[in-house]
Amino acid sequence: MAHAVIQLPPDQIAPLARHYDAALAARRRHSLIVAAVILVCIALSCWAGEVRPGVFAANAHRLGQYFWNITPTLRWDSLGADLAEWYWNLDGWLKLLFDTILIAYLGTLIGGIGAFCLCFLASANLVRSPWIRLSVRRLLELFRTVPEIVFALLFVVAFGLGAMPGVLALAIHTMGALGKLFAEVVENIDMRPVEGATATGASWTQTVRLAVLPQVLSNFTSYGLLRFEINVREAAIMGFVGAGGIGQDLVEAIRKFYYSDVSAILLLIIATVVIIDLVTERIRHGLIGMEQGR
Amino acid sequence: MIRARLTPTDAERARLFALHPQLASNVHPRSMFTVALLAALAALAVYALWHLSFSIGRLGTGIGQLLHFVTLMLPPDPGTQLPLYLDALGETLAIAFLGTFAGAALALPFGFLAAKNVIANPAFHVAVRRVLDVLRGIDKLIWALIYVTVVGLGPFAGILAIATASIGELGKLFSEAVEASDRKPVEGIVSTGGSKPQAVRFGMLPEVLPVLASQMLYYFESNARQSTIVGIVGAGGLGLHLAEQIRVLEWQKVSFLILMMLIMVAVIDLISSRLRFAIIGRKAVTA
Repeated sequence: MAHAVIQLPPDQIAPLARHYDAALAARRRHSLIVAAVILVCIALSCWAGEVRPGVFAANAHRLGQYFWNITPTLRWDSLGADLAEWYWNLDGWLKLLFDTILIAYLGTLIGGIGAFCLCFLASANLVRSPWIRLSVRRLLELFRTVPEIVFALLFVVAFGLGAMPGVLALAIHTMGALGKLFAEVVENIDMRPVEGATATGASWTQTVRLAVLPQVLSNFTSYGLLRFEINVREAAIMGFVGAGGIGQDLVEAIRKFYYSDVSAILLLIIATVVIIDLVTERIRHGLIGMEQGR
Repeated sequence: MIRARLTPTDAERARLFALHPQLASNVHPRSMFTVALLAALAALAVYALWHLSFSIGRLGTGIGQLLHFVTLMLPPDPGTQLPLYLDALGETLAIAFLGTFAGAALALPFGFLAAKNVIANPAFHVAVRRVLDVLRGIDKLIWALIYVTVVGLGPFAGILAIATASIGELGKLFSEAVEASDRKPVEGIVSTGGSKPQAVRFGMLPEVLPVLASQMLYYFESNARQSTIVGIVGAGGLGLHLAEQIRVLEWQKVSFLILMMLIMVAVIDLISSRLRFAIIGRKAVTA
């Protein structure tokens, strides 16, 4: 034989085998406990979430039926007419989509400017006073933890129906989310330019303008664009609570069972989101390239 | 003396400008571009403000109203509705947990089907990916609205909505985790005569499972936030009461409900980040 298997004597194997079995048993016990905890959680959730499998099974076909209903009837021989019928309100929807994008743009811009103003105050390396820094941080945290749609609900009551509460809700949430990211960028800068500026007697604003800003601007833009992508999605649902954009028509189509409209609007939203994602991704990659080329 | 030496004389300056004419103008071509870009962005913003009919007057009265609401919100008080709200909190947790869990369970097969190194046929895994894209591309609130019309009002619609969108999100992440996994254990199992399912079970699953579990927990955190708002369209949980109380202007209850949401989200973040650290170690999470 070219390779004989080396066999340990039985008295050496026995303790090793016992050890192996014990380790295996401990692992099994561990997995069983985890599985039991998960099962208990599922049972509790099913009870709290009013899940009734019987009712669901009885109505499951309606789910398939719904998706069948929203798919438009398109026939080869009358494709043009069918498409025209499916997108009967294309002009109106495109206008609403345009509004939606503008809402996202304004929300991102206003929120971004707010975040820009606050982020320097929230950075530990630029602000010595912990009072200012921590209070700004808590404010940003509040702004980003409360969901946009909740702000939109509140603002619709305060400002009235329309795009304005939508823009403001997006702006507030964006300020919180971007403010945190911006502050993290600022905290990671190279401090030597800052020390240099301070050493020549520059004021705090001059230091920020000349020593901090050149280091962070491309990162800020990149995060801002990323936020714009997210805000376009969010702006599409602002209409659910009356805060403008395409959501208003979508909610009406779903509630009133205008089946083919639902799929038409959904496809339009998805297409818009995909196009905007692609465009901003290109710009962001360009920015990163610029950063590395320097 | 040194300062005098460093400053160029007029003759030197003239020679310098002759050699490098771009120094004579203060305007750098790149800063011209930046100014044009900023002007375009500002013009678009002004157009948007006009198009969306912003007005200073409305803004002023709105902010006044808002400040008035804030004074009415304090102190947060549930009134006699506390048991109802605790019940809704339970519903919200159930929506987040079951939605994430069901979504993850369904995303697991999708994750393997969409991975290049499991299914070699490109047409198939690209098709699976597009399906995941659509599931992910539709917002959870839209799914909730759709499910409310299909299965009726209540938390079950919320669970289905969160689960559907989670299939898209987690399916994509799972497939990326599977694609990034080491090929060698799989090859080892195939070389000892293991079948394809065995190779996935013993060669791939032990490596990707901790990653999948931590991603699932991460989405549980994010879904907990989403499950507080699906109620706005009638899919159960805290959002239902929140939308209702805002409509009837019960501001103390509104602030109490928002406070409940914030505390719930904070507690879930804490627990889930602990669990994530326990599963894959602190280093891997922060990296």
